[in-house]
Amino acid sequence: MHELSLAENIVDIVRQNLPAEQSGAVSVKVRVGEMAGVVPDSLAFCFEAITAGTPLEGIRMVIERVPLREKCRTCGEERVLPQPLFLCPACGGSDLLILSGRELEVSEIEVEDP
Amino acid sequence: MSVITIERKVLEKNEAIARKNRDLFARHGVFVLNMVSSPGSGKTSILERTLHRLKDRVRIAVIEGDVQTDLDARRVAAYGVPAVQIITQGGCHLEASLVHDALANIDLASLDAVIIENVGNLVCPSNYDLGEAMKVVVASTTEGDDKPLKYPAMFRNSSVLIINKTDLVPYVNCSLPALQANALSINPGLTVFQTSCTTDAGIAEWCAWLLEQIRLASQGGASAAPIGIDE
Repeated sequence: MHELSLAENIVDIVRQNLPAEQSGAVSVKVRVGEMAGVVPDSLAFCFEAITAGTPLEGIRMVIERVPLREKCRTCGEERVLPQPLFLCPACGGSDLLILSGRELEVSEIEVEDP
Repeated sequence: MSVITIERKVLEKNEAIARKNRDLFARHGVFVLNMVSSPGSGKTSILERTLHRLKDRVRIAVIEGDVQTDLDARRVAAYGVPAVQIITQGGCHLEASLVHDALANIDLASLDAVIIENVGNLVCPSNYDLGEAMKVVVASTTEGDDKPLKYPAMFRNSSVLIINKTDLVPYVNCSLPALQANALSINPGLTVFQTSCTTDAGIAEWCAWLLEQIRLASQGGASAAPIGIDE
């Protein structure tokens, strides 16, 4: 359960990137990989809890999930796997490179025009 | 409405401090391990067996992470090595800043290695780079052989697996070959050791490997980035 400290980091990043004249942030978009070890609902809940009573209160967190995409180093097969089982469905090899799915990034903020 | 594009990592602050820690370790030629596992797998016991064998051959300090108490730091300090306890007061993992603060109480210039024992937790610590050269994950036979499949990120992000409590295999529902195969299916690059802190089995092999890593780091072979299969 480290979603609370992650939510605090997100608040810091939003504050740093909000132009001073624009306080009307509406939403923040966060990219969360399937293997980032983060529970999206819990992250959104923590974000709502720590922004309550602050200038960021009411800002919506939009979470974009990034699928786990892997490439087999043996046969070159690339595909999205439904869960982190590290066996190539094509050749059975276990030497897989993770291409995406570990993201934990703030990608954008939507603000009301001044 | 307008959109401000940011593209910043949520953990960028932690990663920046981890880089600072890593630079500091490299400058002093100090080899640093981050030991991770579920609670009760035997991290501290492995540390004790390791210090018993190596404390007169290399200069090791220990940073202990726990939710409460300094019990582990006291266990380790009994071997005559510098030990710093970090109490997270509920925090489920160590962060780079906590390790950075702990380094204020450690004289890196007089050391060959630092072993960080993370909070017992197979989930959260896998996300936090502390500045270590590598993560060592401990899995004990009493936890069963399916843990690598259930907690893949931790096994994926580690470079070494120590399978501990091998002496208990006859009494528990755990197959050593299955545990090892499951871990290697998640991360084929794992270096694997099998140990028992009760019988001392496998401890000599683990210590020989550790000594070699410490020797390489002292020669400037310490990696500038965390060693990971996907990097």
